[in-house]
Amino acid sequence: MKTPRLRLPRNWLGPAALLVLVLFPFAMALITGQPVTEGAPKFWQGMLAQMFILAVYAMSYDLLLGYTGILSFGHAMFFGTGAYLTGILLKHAGWPLWQVGLAVMAAAVLQSLLVGLLSLRVRGVYLAMVTLAFAQMFFILSEATDFAQWTGAEDGLHSIPAPRWMNPTDERLRFYFISLAFCVAIYLIVRRVVESPAGKVMIAIRENENRAQMIGYNTFVYKLLAVTLSGVLAALSGLMNALWNLNANPTMLSVGVTINALLMTIIGGVGTLVGPMLGAAILQLLGYWLNAFFGPRWPLIFGIVFVLIVLFLPYGVVGTWQMRGASWRSTWAERRRRLAGWANEGGLGRKN
Amino acid sequence: MTDLLRVENIHTFIGQFHILEGVSLSVPAGSITALLGRNGAGKTTTLRSIIGLLSPRAGRIMLDGREIQGRPAYDIAALGIGYVPEHRAVFRDLTVEENLKIAERRKGDLDRRSDLIFDLFPDLKRFIRLPGGQLSGGQQQMLSIARVLVADNRLLLIDEPSEGLAPVIVENIIEALRRLSDHTTVLLVEQNFRMAAQLADRYYILDDGQSVQSGQMAELARDGALVAKYLGAG
Repeated sequence: MKTPRLRLPRNWLGPAALLVLVLFPFAMALITGQPVTEGAPKFWQGMLAQMFILAVYAMSYDLLLGYTGILSFGHAMFFGTGAYLTGILLKHAGWPLWQVGLAVMAAAVLQSLLVGLLSLRVRGVYLAMVTLAFAQMFFILSEATDFAQWTGAEDGLHSIPAPRWMNPTDERLRFYFISLAFCVAIYLIVRRVVESPAGKVMIAIRENENRAQMIGYNTFVYKLLAVTLSGVLAALSGLMNALWNLNANPTMLSVGVTINALLMTIIGGVGTLVGPMLGAAILQLLGYWLNAFFGPRWPLIFGIVFVLIVLFLPYGVVGTWQMRGASWRSTWAERRRRLAGWANEGGLGRKN
Repeated sequence: MTDLLRVENIHTFIGQFHILEGVSLSVPAGSITALLGRNGAGKTTTLRSIIGLLSPRAGRIMLDGREIQGRPAYDIAALGIGYVPEHRAVFRDLTVEENLKIAERRKGDLDRRSDLIFDLFPDLKRFIRLPGGQLSGGQQQMLSIARVLVADNRLLLIDEPSEGLAPVIVENIIEALRRLSDHTTVLLVEQNFRMAAQLADRYYILDDGQSVQSGQMAELARDGALVAKYLGAG
């Protein structure tokens, strides 16, 4: 009897990565010989927690750029507003975290509807400029001394009182698992969205908006949906970021933070969802290591690395991997077809 | 036959350029009407004006007696006009199935029309899971036509379906369009006069953005001088 070959399921990579990430803190503790709540294990839990938060932020941008084709230069406004609102409501209003979460989402919906309704009337670079203008407006507001008692103006809002049970300093391991669960949950939600009929319309809009309209879709509505969903996710990542840093400052609303989203998406692979998550990890790790080796000049080296990535991986890490995978599969399929044809014709045993 | 579509003296601009300078035509229900003319005569602009991608500055476009000019493209499409643009307009990153599914106006449209579609274009069934961008040129054209068949469209605007295709594929497309005319009304833009002559009942000739001649296709096919004058084909 033929023994069945052990086959991994097609989508084994995701659950395997999740298992590795769940075991990571304990594996680090074993490797370093330090307790899981101290030293290097604790440091790397923090590093990965930041990656998870940035991964959500990058995914939110990918939904906009990668799936709907909307180039925004103002994405940081959602991230920063989420962080500021979290800080203000926790510190000044004393709201419980779940209420803060709902308020952040509601505010993000309103903010993205406002931005979307006004900016989606134009396309391409004009849209990018309008979103940049909005982001600058929020950036200037965050620095304004008129609201200093709430926002801390240029100094930012410090000592945000995160709930004791998820304090990133005292409860690092718990924070690690919460941010991991947050990242996985958002990934599953976004994947569901992009695989839904509405997600397919978003892809159609990215490819050719006129064509999508000719089929009968009011593309404005779908673009507004993408902006709103993306804004809410970015605001939630801002919330988590405020809880991690225990502060919110004007830098979070700056163009640099939007550029980071763009970099993470391009490095990982535009329109791949997993790619921007990987891009977030690459950006975070490269930033850490390059800073350790080159000090304050690290962005210069990072620039060179980024150019090399764009040159050699033009579709990003995951995008290029998928392209090459598809190319290899079609090459092998062609070879198999030829071999089968050759075997059917008699192959080596053919007698003329 | 009553007219399903009437275009009355439309003037369309692209930027500052006055492209259509008074185009009029009518498409009887259940017919195939060919819109003929040389390159740059305004055929594609006429179709884009009808579907709402361009807004005529003057004139009227009526579908079943109802004015539709100036309405957005998605609104006009929802009234039952399917547009197959030139250059095989498939969504390259969506699979064949997704390309068809996205054209549903009501849930289950594709299931209801799948027999007709896959009967007309059996290749699409074979490559149902393949991304649109990986199909050959002919298959992409078939997919592009099949997409407008998914929903219950009353009028199809088909722009240059034979463009850049091998003769054998063109024959397939002709056969498919001929069978389609049993189900719907077609306004066909085609440079390939032989193809148009095989398919259409009536014709309109555009020249420099104006409709200059119209009539029964059978008569045009016999009038070599007229064909040579406006279409450069004999």
